[in-house]
Amino acid sequence: MSDLIFPNIKLPDGSLEKKTTTLNMGPTHPATHGVFQNILEMDGERVISSEQTVGYIHRAFEKIAERRPLYQITTLTDRLNYCSSPINNMGWHITCEKLLKIQIPKRVDYLRVIIMELARISDHLICNSIVGVDTGALSVFLYVMQYRELIYEIYEEICGSRLTTNIGRIGGFERNFNDTAFSKLEKFLKEYPHVLKEFEALLQRNRIFMERTMGAGPISADRALNYGFTGPNLRAAGVDYDIRVHTPYSSYQDFDFKIPVGTTGDCYDRFLVRNQEMWQSLSIIEQAYQKVQEFKGAEAEVFHADTPEYYLPRKQDVYTKMEELIWHFKIIMGETKIPVGEVYNSVEGANGELGFYLISDGGRTPYRLHFRRPCFIYYQAFNEISRGCMLSDAVIILSSLNLIAGEMDA
Amino acid sequence: MELTVDYIQERLLENFGEEISFFLDPYDMLNFETPKEKNLKVLQFLFDDEKLNFRFLTDICAVHYPSEKGRELAIVYHLHNLRDNVRIRYKIFTSIESPDIFTATNIYECANWMERETYDFFGINFVGHPNLKRIQNVDEMDYFPMRKEYPMEDQTRIDKDDEMFGRGGSVI
Repeated sequence: MSDLIFPNIKLPDGSLEKKTTTLNMGPTHPATHGVFQNILEMDGERVISSEQTVGYIHRAFEKIAERRPLYQITTLTDRLNYCSSPINNMGWHITCEKLLKIQIPKRVDYLRVIIMELARISDHLICNSIVGVDTGALSVFLYVMQYRELIYEIYEEICGSRLTTNIGRIGGFERNFNDTAFSKLEKFLKEYPHVLKEFEALLQRNRIFMERTMGAGPISADRALNYGFTGPNLRAAGVDYDIRVHTPYSSYQDFDFKIPVGTTGDCYDRFLVRNQEMWQSLSIIEQAYQKVQEFKGAEAEVFHADTPEYYLPRKQDVYTKMEELIWHFKIIMGETKIPVGEVYNSVEGANGELGFYLISDGGRTPYRLHFRRPCFIYYQAFNEISRGCMLSDAVIILSSLNLIAGEMDA
Repeated sequence: MELTVDYIQERLLENFGEEISFFLDPYDMLNFETPKEKNLKVLQFLFDDEKLNFRFLTDICAVHYPSEKGRELAIVYHLHNLRDNVRIRYKIFTSIESPDIFTATNIYECANWMERETYDFFGINFVGHPNLKRIQNVDEMDYFPMRKEYPMEDQTRIDKDDEMFGRGGSVI
């Protein structure tokens, strides 16, 4: 029958007879904020069911990692959740250090905390302002973009790059933070609270925003746990699970901060939780910066652990000293053997528990490396939490879940 | 009372006896293994038990060990007790000829995509899975790329004329 009406369009059988409409959202659609597809079955403007397709930017990182020495895998982790790549980098370094049993000096831990919390702020800032865009408030997004820029400038000062940072090394950082980095950090700490307050004032009690987000895509704590939710999405549902507190890494136990939780797990709660987390991150950065400043003398120059087997020596030493030359050669040529072992290590990524499962058989490269990518796991719940909502709500749910295609597809 | 590794070990031994074998990992968590037919029973027991309470499935992945005949593929479950904050690692092994494993989707909703991913890369057939098809790779793919017999392309090969990637072809 469809042949008669649309001679040039091949429709599946029964498309015209059925009462519902099939709507393709994605793979490239402005509302998906990344390359993934949603096939929605619609009754009028209500979503009845949806099917997700992922994998459009799958890059086989786990396979590639099986041929690379540990230090070369950092660049792969950049490309997981590219909105907060420093957290991925640090997570990977901490995993390697756990396997190699490297002790990290306190100052390095604190510097790492600063970087990770900056990354968390930039990630949450993007996610929350995108929720604003999807509810029709574009100006908020454009306004906060310049403050993400400040964070990127700090990265740039530390490692030279902005988005895919490749920041740090196994054992510490590639160089000490310079004065410009600290002054930029101070500038950020001074200016950002004001901006965040303004950001909240624009959205938090905005009647339109509240009407659009409250009750959109709620999930109960029980279902959220069953679906493997972690991070802000789980906390919005009322479970206070935060790896920074549960299994402290990188000296998070030295800091005083709260875990904000929501109750209903809807888009509004997720928004509030992210906003509160930004305040907490700011306070952590301030504490960490204070602790960093307390180091005096030689201790204030420490930026890496003393592990010549894994940490690249200084370039001028490589040219002038024999031992450094040997270490440099061994590391660069990937001659260093990794001890046999299996570790699972996770860090609190910006959108959930980012885990690294590393198996080493004693060779130069991992035998197997598996990334636990939080948004790949909780994206499954989209079908359930979007059922019965309007199409425009489905868009907000997508963005408030903080789905990053790079992480989903690994 | 705190949930200790010894207690978990004791409870598992009590319920599964001879079939369970433990190996303590010096790095982080309790590791144990059972025959593959038991996987649902073990997972359900760990989920239901009031004290053990392993209700959070962190991850499922597979590992290929080509040299171990009869148990080439390992399926690794990372389970987490959020209340006491204890993690355990549970492994089952299967032969590559008949990689049939019971699905955990009825216990954990999140196992759905994790198992699809594991199927996609290692070809493990999760019996009873509601929608077992490829997730990251194209549907037409006819092999399981993460198995060790598929090495990555040799980076030094020159027989491939690929202008876009600057390999082979004419060198200017």
